[in-house]
Amino acid sequence: MQASDRFNINSQLEHLQAKYVGTGHADLNRFEWAVNIQRDSFASYIGHYPILAYFAIAENESIGRERYNFMQKMLLPCGLPPEREDD
Amino acid sequence: MATLDPEIARIQEERKKMEQQLASLNSVTYDTDLYGGTDRDAYVSSIPVNEEEDNLEGMDSEVARKLASYTAPKSLLKEMPRGSGEEDDAGMAGFKKPQRIIDREDDYRKRRLNRVISPDRHDAFAAGDKTPDVSVRTYADVMREEALKREREETLRLISKKKKEEEEAAKAGGAKETEVAPAQKRRNRWDQAQDEAGAAKKAKAGSDWDLPDSTPGIGRWDATPTPGRVGDATPSVGRRNRWDETPTPGRLADSDATPGAVTPGATPAGMTWDATPKLAGMATPTPKRQRSRWDETPATMGSATPMAGATPAAAFTPGVTPVGGVDLATPTPGQINLRGPITPEQYNLMRWEKDIEERNRPLTDEELDAMFPQEGYKILDPPASYVPIRTPARKLLATPTPLGTPLYQIPEENRGQQFDVPKEAPGGLPFMKPEDYQHFGALLNEENEEELSPEEQKERKILKLLLKVKNGTPPQRKTALRQLTDKAREFGAGPLFNRILPLLMQATLEDQERHLLVKVIDRVLYKLDELVRPYVHKILVVIEPLLIDEDYYARVEGREIISNLSKAAGLATMIAAMRPDIDNIDEYVRNTTARAFSVVASALGIPALLPFLKAVCQSKKSWQARHTGIKIVQQIAILIGCAVLPHLKSLVEIIEHGLNDENQKVRTITALSLAALAEAAAPYGIESFDSVLKPLWKGIRSHRGKVLAAFLKAIGFIIPLMDALYASYYTKEVMVILIREFQSPDEEMKKIVLKVVKQCVSTEGVEAEYIRTDILPEFFRNFWVRRMALDRRNYKQLVETTVEIANKVGVADIVGRIVEDLKDESEPYRRMVMETIEKVVANLGASDIDSRLEELLIDGILYAFQEQTSDDANVMLNGFGAVVNALGQRVKPYLPQICGTIKWRLNNKSAKVRQQAADLISRIAVVMKQCQEEQLMGHLGVVLYEYLGEEYPEVLGSILGALKAIVNVIGMTKMTPPIKDLLPRLTPILKNRHEKVQENCIDLVGRIADRGAEFVPAREWMRICFELLDMLKAHKKGIRRATVNTFGYIAKAIGPQDVLATLLNNLKVQERQNRVCTTVAIAIVAETCSPFTVLPALMNEYRVPELNVQNGVLKSLSFLFEYIGEMGKDYIYAVTPLLEDALMDRDLVHRQTAASAVKHMALGVAGLGCEDALVHLLNYVWPNIFETSPHVINAVMEAIEGMRVALGAAVVLNYCLQGLFHPARKVREVYWKIYNSLYIGSQDALVAAYPVLDDEQSNIYSRPELTMFI
Repeated sequence: MQASDRFNINSQLEHLQAKYVGTGHADLNRFEWAVNIQRDSFASYIGHYPILAYFAIAENESIGRERYNFMQKMLLPCGLPPEREDD
Repeated sequence: MATLDPEIARIQEERKKMEQQLASLNSVTYDTDLYGGTDRDAYVSSIPVNEEEDNLEGMDSEVARKLASYTAPKSLLKEMPRGSGEEDDAGMAGFKKPQRIIDREDDYRKRRLNRVISPDRHDAFAAGDKTPDVSVRTYADVMREEALKREREETLRLISKKKKEEEEAAKAGGAKETEVAPAQKRRNRWDQAQDEAGAAKKAKAGSDWDLPDSTPGIGRWDATPTPGRVGDATPSVGRRNRWDETPTPGRLADSDATPGAVTPGATPAGMTWDATPKLAGMATPTPKRQRSRWDETPATMGSATPMAGATPAAAFTPGVTPVGGVDLATPTPGQINLRGPITPEQYNLMRWEKDIEERNRPLTDEELDAMFPQEGYKILDPPASYVPIRTPARKLLATPTPLGTPLYQIPEENRGQQFDVPKEAPGGLPFMKPEDYQHFGALLNEENEEELSPEEQKERKILKLLLKVKNGTPPQRKTALRQLTDKAREFGAGPLFNRILPLLMQATLEDQERHLLVKVIDRVLYKLDELVRPYVHKILVVIEPLLIDEDYYARVEGREIISNLSKAAGLATMIAAMRPDIDNIDEYVRNTTARAFSVVASALGIPALLPFLKAVCQSKKSWQARHTGIKIVQQIAILIGCAVLPHLKSLVEIIEHGLNDENQKVRTITALSLAALAEAAAPYGIESFDSVLKPLWKGIRSHRGKVLAAFLKAIGFIIPLMDALYASYYTKEVMVILIREFQSPDEEMKKIVLKVVKQCVSTEGVEAEYIRTDILPEFFRNFWVRRMALDRRNYKQLVETTVEIANKVGVADIVGRIVEDLKDESEPYRRMVMETIEKVVANLGASDIDSRLEELLIDGILYAFQEQTSDDANVMLNGFGAVVNALGQRVKPYLPQICGTIKWRLNNKSAKVRQQAADLISRIAVVMKQCQEEQLMGHLGVVLYEYLGEEYPEVLGSILGALKAIVNVIGMTKMTPPIKDLLPRLTPILKNRHEKVQENCIDLVGRIADRGAEFVPAREWMRICFELLDMLKAHKKGIRRATVNTFGYIAKAIGPQDVLATLLNNLKVQERQNRVCTTVAIAIVAETCSPFTVLPALMNEYRVPELNVQNGVLKSLSFLFEYIGEMGKDYIYAVTPLLEDALMDRDLVHRQTAASAVKHMALGVAGLGCEDALVHLLNYVWPNIFETSPHVINAVMEAIEGMRVALGAAVVLNYCLQGLFHPARKVREVYWKIYNSLYIGSQDALVAAYPVLDDEQSNIYSRPELTMFI
């Protein structure tokens, strides 16, 4: 951020953005972003009942089970984080 | 002869008497003609020493009694600041000139300067289980000191009492013994001292001042590192008293002269100094008090034998100023009496005395060896329990540089010294004010930094930073503040606070400086955390006065600091630090401490403090402790408001016994605290007050005066919490007393009674009939008198209460009682009546008023209106307006009379009267219409029209406003004078630069343009258009808005072409505000006349190769699309090429304005099928995302947001994806920023659009669910 940016509305904007889980930043890596994507997706599936119903039919599971599964998957959606190469 | 002599004698006698009676010019006599017949004996010949100060209200102490003028009473002016409702302050604060705090402080607040920054205290937490080192002050030490102080105070009071009694007795006996002049006495003593070779003197000097542990006075003198302040030598009351009191025999008994002590020089004359046995005590035995301390507490014991240097106070003057040093020198009685600058003789006296002391200092071993024979003497070991003085106060003494002996020394010449010119501060330090030298003087010594010890270097560093914070430029200040914060732990709490706190006690401090220093403390507190513990009391001493500052922000700051402090130090430390102050002898200290405690309670939670409060409130030791404890509860209630509710029960329980306390002040404060609690809890929590109802209601029967007032206040606040049934019962109970107190001459009581009546009356269960029969007669008889109108507070309170009563008993009762008074001869009283009637009628309407009363009312109002002379005319005007509007059609019969009055007053010589008459027309116009008095209004219109030549702008504005009101109600067609005559008359008035005129004129013109444009030829409208352009420059927003709207109406009336041409030409002007308003006007014209009439000309204008014009066009487009919303879908293709061009322009402002136009466009046409054009525009907007100018980037980001709404998040996400993992961080940052706002805006919509990621070794990135289908 430049010095001029520090005092204008944009800094507040960034502050605001930073408050939301799921927003990103320049140093985000592939894994972290993917985790966010996955969680958002699962949350969205659970949040839209018709989609949940659709998945339930496709997988031949009950809707409740589907919801439970999705919720469980949100825990570690992409598995364990990969080893960092540098630092 | 024999017969003649008595005759002569008699005549001589008489003449003598006459002479005495006359005020003589060459001698001072008492002029009985002037000052009345009282004799001088009735006067208080000396200031009472130990008068208990009145601390009922803290601030009220010096008030009320000396109410002598019609201005607002002092108590009001200095009204005790409360936490809320300080908007007035807020508005003003920004514009205050820098001013010294001390200049606006009253005497009470100035007492903060009497307080002493106490030495550090023991931190029990840090020490763990270890026994505290003897050198530090522990809680026990402090408590002991306080107890001593109190004891002394008590004794002194007794002494003074006894003395007074004795004097009275003496007077009764007829003996004139009062002639004992102190001066004489002192001389006496000096002589004796000489006789006794000064030994006595020595002992005396050593007696109190050498025993720091026993006398808090020492602490006071020495602990203050601000010599300037000490120079003023205002020792606190207790101290002063002591010295003043000295030559009384009582004192002997008090301190030193123990019966057992062998006093060689013991003089029975009450020469305390001489009587001290320390004459002998130099060798060994010490007087009783000291001996006992020796035995008891070796840790705090001071040696009875004065140590070398003899006068520590003198030796360790911390100050730089010579006066301070001299002043401090020795506590000779003469000096203590000094309140001002020292006189030469006093100085000599002291120097001489010091000289004597120096010669009589304790002998060293060598000297003794030289004096005594070698054999026959034995050197004894000191007792086993003997510990050298290491008391904290003494320790503190040891720090500053000693002044050395008072003997004359050849002063060291300082060649670097410059006299008149303030020395340039070295090393880029900010300018130092003269009063800063004592604190920052060290910085001026150009010593080599490397030669200093690390400690000194640190000290110096702190000083430098503080100076920069205090006097530096904003950037200097900022960096210094940051450094202080960052290095706080490195510097250490001690050195920091020892520097900062004395600065805050500086007498010449300004608001801004104090703010900065307080800020430093705040920042440092965060960093130091638990390290502040030993300094808590010091900090409190400095910060507590902020809690009663008149400046709202200072109070807030003070609260914040104390709250942070209590979080850093913890409850235990806070209590330990403040407990001793709770029963301090000084009311000021107790008051501020109570306030500080309430802040601690709100910071750490009330439950944590409850046990302590309970203990304090039940203290058996002193009423002061109970008083302060209860006051803390009051302050808590005031501070945290309804948050007391969960603890209400326990808080009430803690204080309830105070209602029956033996001390009157405790009873009073208890009642006040209950009032505060009830006020805070309203409307809940009555069950918590159950236990106090009985004592309160019983109390009002047995108490009188202040206590009664406080009890009534509590009752007034408790009654509204009750159920209807109980409220009614209890109101009746209290009303007897209230009605009795109606007659009280005490102003304070009056106010409280009025308030309580208001509270009782407004409660649900109290019936109208009861009020009517039981309260009203007495109420009106006692309160509705002229005198009540003279004091603003009474005035307000009475009006409020009466309005409240009217709400219960109806309009007719109240108005009927006071309507006659509208013709009273006192104007302030009439005004009060008018205001009451206005409020009552506005609240309740006039349907209750019968025809007789109506007549009286109108008559009275007309009389009051005509007779008014004062400048504050609004009350009458509002009253008139309110009554006429409330009566509505019933005013019809009176309208001719009213209009006659108005017309007559419109012709008055005084501008105020004319203005008021015009204002009245605008208030009653609607009612006149209701009464079908259109002819009358037409007539008024003509009259007003004739007065349009008015030269006073205020009056002209009002006349225009009146015309506007008439036009509004009777319509354009019926208006007289006809619109076509009226408007041309208004055109020149538009040139008037006065705001009120402008506003009313433009409103009127706009009204005509809106409703009756056809009555005026188009040419006239065009002329007005040109005039209006100037109005776009107006400062007031309302005027500019009205102007812009008027453009719209005119354009509608005469077609947009001509207006638009005028406006487009106006885009070429230089002034920005003017252009902005023009663009708005263009947009409004476009909105009112459909965009297609305006757009072609507007877009054509963009071809003018001029920056301002092009930007104006773009801005107009932006406003245009904002106003027309979804109508924009028809025009978007038309303007796209123009926007393309603008978005590619080199000029930033072009791109910015075009981006905001795109935003409005996108938001307007979202969902209307213009995606192709929008994507096209987005392609032009997108490259601007790397702009750095804040306005541009803002506009671009908003355009993208608009696109997100119109095109959907997926489209914009696809634009984003290319840069989220760009190798260049700068690029990534921008893209992530866009991504984030996208994400926040439509997180859910993104789920479907995220890119497909492939799984990696152990990580699953794919989202197989999305590929499912049935």
